[in-house]
Amino acid sequence: MSESIVSQQHVSYLKEESRFKGRLKNLYSWICTTDHKRIGLLYLFVITIFFIVGAIQGLLMKLELMAPGANIMGSESFSVLSTLHGIIMVFAVAIPGLTAVFGNFFLPIMLGTNNVAFPKLNLVSWYVYIIGIIFILLSQFGYYSGFDSGWTFNIPYGILINANILPVVIGIFLIGLSSIALGINFIVTVHRYRAQGMSWFKMPLFPWSLYAAAWIQLLATPVLVIALFMIFAESTMAIGMLDPMLGGDPTLYQHLFWIYARPAIYIMILPAMGIISEIIPTFSQKTIFSYRTTVVALLAIAFLGFFVWGQHMVTSGIGDRALSLFSFFALIITVPMIVVVLNWLGTMHKGSLNITTPFYWAVSFIFIFLIAGLTGLMFGSLATNVYVHRTQFEIAHFHYIVFGSVSFAFMGAIHYWFPKIFGRMYNKKWANIGFLVFFVGFNLLFLPMFMLGYQGLPGHFYDYPPGFQPGNLASSTGAIILILGALIIIINLIRNARFGRKCDDMNPWGGKTLEWTISTPPPSVNFDKLPVITNDPYDYN
Amino acid sequence: MSKNKTHSSGYCTYLWALVALLVLTALSVFITRFELGPCNTAASLLIAGAEALIVLAYFMNLKFESRFYKIMTTLVIVIFLFMLFITFFDYMNRVY
Amino acid sequence: MKTNIYNVPGQDEHDVSKFGMWLFIFAELLLFGALFIVYTAYRSRNPAAFKLAGNELELTVGIISTIILLISSTTMAISVTAIQKNNKNLSLLTLGITILFAIAFLLYKYFEWGTRINEGFLPDTNTLHELGPGTILFFGLYFVMTGLHALHILIGLIFIIYIFFRIIKNRINSENYHLFENFGLFWHLVVLIWIFLFPLFYLIR
Repeated sequence: MSESIVSQQHVSYLKEESRFKGRLKNLYSWICTTDHKRIGLLYLFVITIFFIVGAIQGLLMKLELMAPGANIMGSESFSVLSTLHGIIMVFAVAIPGLTAVFGNFFLPIMLGTNNVAFPKLNLVSWYVYIIGIIFILLSQFGYYSGFDSGWTFNIPYGILINANILPVVIGIFLIGLSSIALGINFIVTVHRYRAQGMSWFKMPLFPWSLYAAAWIQLLATPVLVIALFMIFAESTMAIGMLDPMLGGDPTLYQHLFWIYARPAIYIMILPAMGIISEIIPTFSQKTIFSYRTTVVALLAIAFLGFFVWGQHMVTSGIGDRALSLFSFFALIITVPMIVVVLNWLGTMHKGSLNITTPFYWAVSFIFIFLIAGLTGLMFGSLATNVYVHRTQFEIAHFHYIVFGSVSFAFMGAIHYWFPKIFGRMYNKKWANIGFLVFFVGFNLLFLPMFMLGYQGLPGHFYDYPPGFQPGNLASSTGAIILILGALIIIINLIRNARFGRKCDDMNPWGGKTLEWTISTPPPSVNFDKLPVITNDPYDYN
Repeated sequence: MSKNKTHSSGYCTYLWALVALLVLTALSVFITRFELGPCNTAASLLIAGAEALIVLAYFMNLKFESRFYKIMTTLVIVIFLFMLFITFFDYMNRVY
Repeated sequence: MKTNIYNVPGQDEHDVSKFGMWLFIFAELLLFGALFIVYTAYRSRNPAAFKLAGNELELTVGIISTIILLISSTTMAISVTAIQKNNKNLSLLTLGITILFAIAFLLYKYFEWGTRINEGFLPDTNTLHELGPGTILFFGLYFVMTGLHALHILIGLIFIIYIFFRIIKNRINSENYHLFENFGLFWHLVVLIWIFLFPLFYLIR
């Protein structure tokens, strides 16, 4: 009876009636929304744009490195480009990437509630994030030369070069504030808005990983704020804290910066691991292997991640004993990592595998993650760390862990949740082709860099001796293939978000978590009647 | 839970807390009169820690909150102390 | 059907906002904590210079500032409790005292900074640069840490005045005091940080 009322209640969040009037009412209804799903898509929009910007910068650098000598740019442009590439990709894309897009969209749904704890704060943090990005871009204009100190600022060089450091510092500060606000929002949501009956150990793993990452966002970002504040105060007032001439100690800046930046890597990795822990049970149609150890491992990574920062400072001139301590923590932290990987493999074992696009991404994530983790061990042990520090090896490792893990998890997530988010299905054939091209391109891009770095080629430089050309040529070819793959994927997704085959199926993959129990795409109010949880999160029996 | 929410200390408790804080402040000033070397620093920081505990427990009502808040606050302080300790460990063991 | 999010059984808005406030306080603790790390590191590198430079600060100023802030914290706590017990006059009285003490603290800091600047300890001045690295660091930290703290007091002061008028208009009352209670937490946090700033700059010699 009265189907119209039912469909009225289930109006999709994408088609919700705007409460504004006038020609721009639809735009306003998006940029003034407090709906966590729409805010998630706002983040997705911005992050896609800046991912493309950052990727083009990366491609330009790789084209320059195709042959020795200055081909399409010189030393200075290369440094400016690599700095901007690093800052945009790390602060504007990778750190908010998974948490802000998929966390915003799916955290409340997976917990069985209708919004995050502080919806207005959520919107404000999006705006603060946008303003932060604008400040970063502003650094490229103006009187001084481009900012070329690398994304870690390399104090005191970053202050001495007379470049536009202040807009960058302010921009990253604002993005940090937005990150803290997001962290507060997620922690409170997880604690206070879980559905009735969803005890801590009935919570799905993606919310768990977001929760762990949110604590890092909350507690580590203030330290970054102080590091940035020191740069700010040093370059405006010369307070002497970073200037060795005035008694300052630049390694102290490095301490503060890496106290933040090292756990920040776990802000990116943890949600990626959470997403893979969602995809693998769904596509194996099997309960996650040892749910509890996975949860404990995720929390342990977040906790231990606070004490590993010295790995990035082995050539900065800090004491040997401190380095040994850091090395100890760095080797310990691989244990929970491996536990999670083994649990994924155990989940797939004897499962009824549904081998489709999201599953390809998830499995290749494990491959990428293992290469990243095993080369990471070389940075954990001091002797090899000193040898490969600041070489192409380090850049390759960094990209495997940050770009590789985040992008493979991101792509897996978007292919997994795409029908739920947009109510349409992408073209699976093109999605698979895109995956294959992306995967080949990625490995061709970064695997040769391990060899180059091990042979001693330093990173962050536009030129190299001719003997290194074969590896660099392979790497640059990989970059072109990678960009091609990314284009195929992005075009396929954007096109099908608008014109794709309609998918009204509530649960196309046979998932068990709560987002698969509501209509597709989700209604603007997630749950008319809040769910009551009785089962474990991945109950396939 | 709902009991905890409305619970807060009486006015007298606050005044006693203030007295305790003032006494501790006076004590920390008083011990600077003695030359104890590094113990001076330790003592004044310990007294400051005691004062902070009073502020946390009574003024910020932590004493009457659920156990969860106490655990979280402790954990945050522990993480901070670890950071401080490790950085300090580096500075203590440098050769230059 | 507006997005009503407060529909989880057993949850109330007050509890949630207080939780959010506590998390914000944790972030603030780490913010000043990072500055403590900076202080510790530089003090361990320049113990003698820090000792000498510390003697330039007047102990009485530190003691009076501490007493001002401790009393203001007490009156703030009393004020929150009074509004919970529906005692509007006591609440306004104690909150008024808090405002006065906050202003007094800021004025006192203003004059203290003025004296230090007159003595030539302002960063990036020739007079300070002649005194050598350790002293430069000490006064750099002094101005940064007390400055950041004073900024918090200033923001707090603006909030207290706002809350004061909300109480007069009965918008904050014994039913609806959550904003006030959460703000009270912020004020106590600022005092808590001063409790550590006081020995670091005025006491340890």
